[in-house]
Amino acid sequence: MNARALLIRGLIAGLVAGVATFVVAYAVGEPHIDTAVSIEDGQPHTHSHDEAVEEEGGIEVSRDNQKTWGLLTGTLTVGLALGGIVALVAASTIGRLGSLAPSQSTALVALLGFVAFVLVPFLKYPGNPPAVGSGETIGDRAALYFGFVLVSVLAAVASTYGALKVRERLGTYGGVVAGIAAYLAVVVVAGQLFVTVNEVGAFPADTLWFFRRASLITLATMWGVIGVVLTGLVSRLYAAQTAEAERRQLAAGL
Amino acid sequence: MSQPAALPVPGAASVPTIPLRELAPWALFYGLLGVLVIFFVTADQGAVSIPSGTALHEWVHDGRHLLGYPCH
Repeated sequence: MNARALLIRGLIAGLVAGVATFVVAYAVGEPHIDTAVSIEDGQPHTHSHDEAVEEEGGIEVSRDNQKTWGLLTGTLTVGLALGGIVALVAASTIGRLGSLAPSQSTALVALLGFVAFVLVPFLKYPGNPPAVGSGETIGDRAALYFGFVLVSVLAAVASTYGALKVRERLGTYGGVVAGIAAYLAVVVVAGQLFVTVNEVGAFPADTLWFFRRASLITLATMWGVIGVVLTGLVSRLYAAQTAEAERRQLAAGL
Repeated sequence: MSQPAALPVPGAASVPTIPLRELAPWALFYGLLGVLVIFFVTADQGAVSIPSGTALHEWVHDGRHLLGYPCH
């Protein structure tokens, strides 16, 4: 177990997750993006697609490229980045989360990462299809979204650390309950304090729901595959190292 | 660190930890790289543009939407 071994496995998990996420996003998400783009093209808009881009002197990217190579670029790079980060966070928790085995710590990190980095921010600021959202408020919306992600992730890290401290006094049950309660308290209060954004307007509710459901499935695929693959790889790595250590001990005893 | 009474499996081999000192340079280097990559794919040429233009935004457009980030 060392940082390098974990990072390499994280990158492998991220690569697999990036490909899987592309397939799922293409199959589940793209039909609804196409619908949203066709709605967008039928209304006056403030931002760029197709012809509008040329007017601004930018480079045009065809829809065919956006939904294949462009989408693949996004899922692969984000997959590799997240896979490596999850692996290094897991590396820091191995052996430090009570009596959890390395594979269990890794799985827990991936699960908490999904909840804190994706699921809870999604509940406050869900993803939007093209045609929803005014180009003039992108600065505010980006700041709110990333600010909320930051609050959620910091709360998750602090709550986990706090849970370990409480566990020393009250045992595992008390520690886990205290940790989850502390995290929920922070994100619920933050959720009330952060401004709500609603720029849906007259956008069709069915397309909006289908898109958001597809977005959540896409994100769950990314984190689920990273978690499952990395947990399996860490489990194998630890088993191999344990077997090796036992062999050495046996040889030394002869 | 005192162990709570509820811990199972007496005599179980304790799990080795990776020293934080060994982990720190990896976390710093890859953490920065990862955050930078995530920024360029999920946020660049929206609220903040480095470099200016829309090429990168347009190329990763669908991924940005489906991964739930504010796109435009």
